[in-house]
Amino acid sequence: MIALKGITKRFGEHTVLDGIDLSLERGEIIVVIGPSGTGKSTLLRCINFLEHPDAGELTVGDLHVDAARPGKDDILGLRRRTAFVFQNYALFAHKTALENIAERMIVVEGLSKNEAHARAREILERIGLADKADAYPAALSGGQQQRIGIGRAMAAKAEVILFDEPTSALDPEWVEEVLALMKQLAAEQQTMIVVTHEMQFAREVADQVVFMDGGRIVEQAPPSELFTNPKDERTRSFLRKVLSGNAPAAT
Amino acid sequence: MQALNLDYMAGLVPVLLGYLPLTLGMAAAGMVCALILACGLAVIRVSRLPVLDQAAKLFISFFRGTPLLVQLFLFYYGLPQFLAFLVSINGVTATIMGLTLHFSAYMAESIRAAITGIDRSQTEAAQSIGMTNAQTMRRIILPQATRVATPTLMNYFIDMIKSTSLAFTLGVTELMGATQKEAASSFLYFEAFLVVAVIYWIVVEALSWCQKRLEKRLNRAYQR
Repeated sequence: MIALKGITKRFGEHTVLDGIDLSLERGEIIVVIGPSGTGKSTLLRCINFLEHPDAGELTVGDLHVDAARPGKDDILGLRRRTAFVFQNYALFAHKTALENIAERMIVVEGLSKNEAHARAREILERIGLADKADAYPAALSGGQQQRIGIGRAMAAKAEVILFDEPTSALDPEWVEEVLALMKQLAAEQQTMIVVTHEMQFAREVADQVVFMDGGRIVEQAPPSELFTNPKDERTRSFLRKVLSGNAPAAT
Repeated sequence: MQALNLDYMAGLVPVLLGYLPLTLGMAAAGMVCALILACGLAVIRVSRLPVLDQAAKLFISFFRGTPLLVQLFLFYYGLPQFLAFLVSINGVTATIMGLTLHFSAYMAESIRAAITGIDRSQTEAAQSIGMTNAQTMRRIILPQATRVATPTLMNYFIDMIKSTSLAFTLGVTELMGATQKEAASSFLYFEAFLVVAVIYWIVVEALSWCQKRLEKRLNRAYQR
């Protein structure tokens, strides 16, 4: 189970997150949508302490952390219970696809190189990139790199995978393969929090859609409800803007 | 004008080559020690550890700011005045020490620049999978920084090989010292120093070739 309570983050004078409460059960999928600059990415980054929240409480699995006063072990513990998929993939540039996926198993879990590589190969099979095991990131397409990025997150066997706009940096031609992999994970009951502008994905895959604006959660509902009958004017206005481009999907 | 004494030069080559191992040995020892020290200094500078950072800055400033020859004299002739245990220091050890300290100051700065040049996302990715700061540095940042820093570091290594010639001022009979002695007894200064110059030159060229191979290897991961 994941629970956030009163997560607050300020950059100087500017309050980016203003007391966020959010919880999800194992296997649940939450998609976070909202205008740019409303703290969606910051929220994800606070969950694994890539950003340090100024206040609030975090619970991930059996670990409960006072976000304002985290110990070193708390931060490491949170990071080891979560996995992160970056917008720009952030694959280790000097490691092959296989090594990127195996790295955590070797360093954090202490598996032998052989065993870690064997397991990484299984993951490569699952993400359909077994033939790219020895390729370096520079030689892969954006879509392939992001699938490796997701594979690296899968290797963590984390309580939750946090996706930070995983398709935003991709050329349009690669978006579909990445979304397909995420749907595959969703079908396998992987707990995830996904920040994205892919409304169709949210509609199909999310259990709950969270609409954020100005550092707050404005509205949270299952997609069937939020997309067809948004309660708040800000949600309606946002959805009008993003869905006007692909009207058929909005029906 | 008289002709070059080619027979003398040919005879000198094997004699001088006998001193090459000492020259290369001092350079190799100096390089290894300097690399270790430089990595330490660079990590201290990058992580801005209090006090240590100031000390590292001062160290780098001094050893970059003074000539190697002055440093060697300071260690070999100067320090034993105050530190009794250094009285027995030999010229070879003093040279390796001097090369280490002097070049580590330069190398620390290029390693630091290479580390800070690695994209922030690499650190975040490492943190996100639960690696500690030390693991991130050792497994993710330093290997990538190595590739960036290698051309510069190899240049320092080349410079270091040539700088071992200063050891003769501490009475060490290495390549340069041996040449000096040979020249003094034969009075064929030009021939002797020409031979030693060519030996240094060939060594450096060989090393440049290795450098190219090494850089190619390190760039393997970055080929599209």
